Formats: sequence, C-alpha cells, structure tokens
Amino acid sequence: MSNVLVFFDELGEALTPAQKELIAQAAALGEVRIAVAAYDGDPTPVLAVNGVQEVYLPEVSLPAPEVAIVDLLETSVAESGAVVVLGSSTADANDALARLAVRLDTGLISGAASISADLVVTKSELAGSYTTTSQLVSAATPAQPLVVTFKPNNIDPQRVDTLVTDGEQPEVNVLPVRPSVGGVEIEERTAMEVSARPALAEARVVVAGGRGTDGDFTPLEELADELGAGLGASRAATDAGWIEHAAQVGQTGVTVSPQLYISAGISGAVHQRAGMQTAGTIVAINKDEDAQVFEIADFGVVGDLHEVIPQMIEELRRRKG
Amino acid sequence: MVNAPLHIITLVKWVPDAQLERRYNAEGRIDRSEGVLSELDEYPLEAALQIKEAAPDREIRVSALTMGPAGASTAVKKALQIGADDAYQLTDDDLIGADIWATSVALKAAVETVTGAAEFDSGEPEYLVLTGMASEEGESGALPAQLAERLGAHVVTYATALDLESERLVVIRSGGTESQRVAVTMPAVVSVTDQVNDPRYPNFKAIMAAKKKPLTRFTLADIGLRREHVEPKVRVLTTAARPPRTAGEIITDEGDAGVKIVEFLAKERLL
Ligand SMILES: Cc1cc2nc3c(=O)[nH]c(=O)nc-3n(C[C@H](O)[C@H](O)[C@H](O)COP(=O)(O)OP(=O)(O)OC[C@H]3O[C@@H](n4cnc5c(N)ncnc54)[C@H](O)[C@@H]3O)c2cc1C
Ligand SMILES: Nc1ncnc2c1ncn2[C@@H]1O[C@H](COP(=O)(O)O)[C@@H](O)[C@H]1O
Repeated sequence: MSNVLVFFDELGEALTPAQKELIAQAAALGEVRIAVAAYDGDPTPVLAVNGVQEVYLPEVSLPAPEVAIVDLLETSVAESGAVVVLGSSTADANDALARLAVRLDTGLISGAASISADLVVTKSELAGSYTTTSQLVSAATPAQPLVVTFKPNNIDPQRVDTLVTDGEQPEVNVLPVRPSVGGVEIEERTAMEVSARPALAEARVVVAGGRGTDGDFTPLEELADELGAGLGASRAATDAGWIEHAAQVGQTGVTVSPQLYISAGISGAVHQRAGMQTAGTIVAINKDEDAQVFEIADFGVVGDLHEVIPQMIEELRRRKG
Repeated sequence: MVNAPLHIITLVKWVPDAQLERRYNAEGRIDRSEGVLSELDEYPLEAALQIKEAAPDREIRVSALTMGPAGASTAVKKALQIGADDAYQLTDDDLIGADIWATSVALKAAVETVTGAAEFDSGEPEYLVLTGMASEEGESGALPAQLAERLGAHVVTYATALDLESERLVVIRSGGTESQRVAVTMPAVVSVTDQVNDPRYPNFKAIMAAKKKPLTRFTLADIGLRREHVEPKVRVLTTAARPPRTAGEIITDEGDAGVKIVEFLAKERLL
C-alpha cells in the first residue's frame, strides 16, 4: 500500500473539520503519515486516528510563516517515501507546500476537491464554472510525489465521521529540524476573534448580508443562530467595518459551498458570486427586482430584508414549537 | 547613511476578463484570446508606487513584468500608464500550457534578467518583487512562494499593509487564525491582497507619458532558458463546463415572504 503524507501547519486540542477531511482523503489512498509544524504539548493523542501510522514533528514547534517548515516537509517526504503529499489550501499551508514542490522538483495542484486512487485530481475552476481533472505528467513513472492542496467541505461531514475514527496513538518521529534564523521575523501576533458560529468555509448553511443591511447585522445573526449557520458578508459590508473582514465571502474572501446560502441585501456582483455560486441552494432577499443575485437564486424574494428576515425567524421558532 | 537604491518588480498578469464568460478551449487550456490586466495585480503596482512616493530621497525604480501571449502587452502598457517606470514582457510559444512550476521557473529567470540589466546611480540596488494575492483565473496563490524559493529570496504572502524602513519592509498579514506584523529583509517576494490600498486610475497626462517609457520584450532564449526547462509537471486531462445556474422562483413580498421562504426550505428538506 502506498504512503501518503498529510501536512498540518498547526494542530490544536482537536482536529478541525478540514483536518479530518484531509485525513479522510488521504486514508482512501494508503497509509497515512502526518507532519505537524506548530503544536502545543504532546500532539499525538489528537492524532490517534485509525489509519494514521506515524507523526513527524520538528524539534520545536514551527509556527508559520517559519521557513524551516519546508525543511520539515522535505525530511518527512524522505522518511515516509510518500507518493503524494496533501495539505490545505489556506495561505500558510499553500506557501509551504508550494515551496516543497520546488525543492522536490515536482508538480503542485492547488485548491483541489478530490483525488482518486490513481492520483488524478479533480478541482473546480473559473469560480466554479468548470470542473477539471489533472495529474502529474510523469504519473506512470513518478520520480517524486505529487503535491496537492485542498479546499475544505468536499466530503459530507457525516461521512467524514464514519471514515475518521479513533485509533491507536501513532508512532512519533521527531526530525532534526529547528527554526531558521533571520530574514523573516514575526514581531507581533494578534489572535483573531473566533466566532462561536460554524466556520464559514465549513458551514453547511451560510447567512450573508451586504450593504442592504445598513450596518445592522443583528437580524442576520439571529437567523444564523436559528439555522446553526455561519455568518458571511459582502465586501461592501466588511469594508464599511460593519463586520470583520474574515466574514467576507467572494473572490478575495472566503469561498463557500454550503448546502444552503441565504443572501440578504447583496447585489450579487461577479466578485461576490465567485465565492458562493457553487452553493447547493441559494435564497436571495433584495429590494431591487433587477439585482444580479436573482439570476442565480433558486428562491428569491423582492422585498425589504428588515421585514422578511424577522418574519423568517418567527416562523422558524413557531415550527420548532 | 544613504539607503541603497531599491528595484521593485511588480508582477502583472494578463487574464481573461472575469466580468465576461471565461472558458477552456479544446486543448484543455483557458482561452486567452482576449484579456485585461488582472484587477488583483493593480494592488501590488499601487503598493510599489506608494513606496516610491513615500521615499523621495531614495532611488527607487518600479518595473512591471508579465509573462503571457502577445496580447499581454496590454497588461504591461496599462502598468506603464498607471505609473511603472519601465516594463518587460516574456512571450514564447514554449510557455503555452505552463503550469505553476513552469511559470515560476520562467519568472525567476525573467526577474534575474530584469534586475541584472538595471543600472542605478546611487549604488548596488536591493530588489523587492511585489505580486497580487492570486491570479484571477488560476487562483493558485502559489507563484509567490515558488518564485521566492527559486530566487533564494524571503517571502511574505497576503500582505494587507506595507511600510518600507531603511533596511527592511514591515508587513501586516493575516495568517489563518491570527494577524501578524512581520519584518522582512531584501531580497523579498511579497504578495498583497485587495485590502492593501485603493489602486489609482491613470489620468490623461500619465497615459501620454507612458508612450515614452521603455517596454522590453523577451523570449525564453533571451533569459537563458530552453523548452526543456519549462516543460510543465502537471497536465490537465479533462475540462467540463458546469451547467450555468438558472434563476428559480422569484416572488415579490406581500407581507408573507418570510413564511414563504421557510416553506420553501422545508419543502427542499433544508431545515
Ligand atoms: C478586486 C476586487 C475584489 C472584490 N472581492 C469581493 C469579494 O470577495 N466579495 C464581495 O462581496 N465583493 C467583492 N468585491 C466588491 C464587489 O465588486 C461589490 O462591490 C460588492 O460585492 C457589493 O456589495 P453589496 O452587494 O453588499 O453592495 P451593493 O452592490 O451596494 O448592493 C447592495 C444591495 O442591497 C440591496 N438592498 C438595499 N437595501 C435593502 C433592504 N432594506 N432590503 C433588501 N435589499 C436591500 C440593494 O438593492 C442592492 O442590490 C470586490 C471588488 C474588487 C474590485
Ligand atoms: N504569467 C504571469 N505573469 C506575471 N505575473 C504573474 C503570472 N502568473 C502569476 N503572476 C503573479 O503571481 C501572483 C499570484 O499568482 P498565482 O500563484 O498564479 O495565483 C499574481 O497575482 C501575479 O502577480
């Protein structure tokens, strides 16, 4: 069976849904080995998952954008003999894996949705308007592993839970990798506020508001909580400072692909659509019947969100009894 | 102490206009018959101009570099109009179908050619490569890190603010779960997001002045590369257009639209 190397740029007290999904993608290909760059304490209990054989750690935790992460990856590839390296397509992981691909002189496919047993990668392109498959040119006789970064939310979370189950603690292999000196120096770190709501990129339902909210996100927050949804916004709303930048959905914000996207007071500009048009079902509320968002909505209401949303909340509560 | 001159190379890509329909051709490549200067690459250019304007005592040159088909000259010409001092275009048929790996090989050699040829009055220059956060059509965001790895330069990605100090650049960026202030020394590759500034529009005077600015065209041979150096590592096997989304049921609120939406969600089993 082939070896697969999974890369986590940081590991907390529990696996995130995206990390579980990566393990699920990897486990379908072979025996899983995991390289972890930044961690606190002993990370192995968290990685006690069926199918995970071994964990590679640096001598000291390496928080991104530490360059030595690439050394960790390079050494982990050599140790594991992996035929493929998987990571997430978030900024820090993508940077490290992009550099790894240069060092190994191999191909990189970024932003993937899935990978088959013969290492053919499927991904969504041009803001979700195409699906492509690709592979290494040398796929038949690969000299080096393929490097792939994944977007989250491509496998149903319930399925992930059946695929990723508790197992024995993996073997730990501490590699002789230490932080680099000079060049890039982190002078200050400020933790970003973490919303108690589901993470936007991973949420099954997203409620998003735009300029039409006039700056008051309270009704949207209430609706999101009623639906167990993540809360998103257009750039007009984040630029205005009505909600944090991390909530921006779109080309230069988060790409979401939830089962349900509820858009309120958002015109549906191409930049916004780029981040949400692969949602399963789109519901739009906009007071302008010519708003672009109605071109892609499965159910649209021409109306004032300040009236429609409170009524929705009331109706949802009534049904719950 | 006099600060060393600084050569800022901004990478600008010529991409299919996202406002129009974009497609793959029969060879499995993005149709590049028409295009525009990538909107996301106006931000690094603006950042470079702001750095230059903020340091009038320092010799700073802003060069724009693109790799693309013949039509990509519109991207560098626009960069000259916006304010770049000079421009470079790498075009070669052997680059058709380049993947990230091949693009970073070619741009590394191009950056070295551009920095190698430039002459400065006030001494040996340092260089800084500024890029957009992602290509508008490819969206890999991987080129900055690959280029830095090849150049042996430092890299910082997704900058939302930049401040040039005498010997280093201070960058605000957001990592996954935190915001960071990072100091980087040259040579460096820094990618910037659309949060970093508000790009300017060229005015009439700038458009006229751009006609006199130098535009240099390279082929692979001019930058010391041959076809075998840029053979892609990844090949596209299939491309399939997704059926475009179509409008569903649109109703006008008559005082009961909130209830109607919930009924729709229940019918679709989305509750
Ligand atoms: C490089 C670049 C990147 C960008 N990236 C993104 C991105 O990632 N995400 C993004 O969203 N945008 C992005 N944008 C901006 C994008 O082009 C639009 O400007 C933005 O999406 C508009 O936000 P909006 O729809 O909230 O505002 P507007 O376009 O002003 O629309 C507001 C809408 O609200 C409706 N409305 C007003 N009042 C009410 C009410 N009471 N009830 C119901 N409806 C109401 C109006 O009819 C209107 O349709 C980007 C732009 C650029 C140049
Ligand atoms: N062919 C190219 N010509 C010039 N710049 C490029 C090219 N490809 C990528 N870039 C630069 O690299 C950035 C990130 O691109 P990418 O990694 O392809 O998403 C872009 O915003 C550009 O600044």
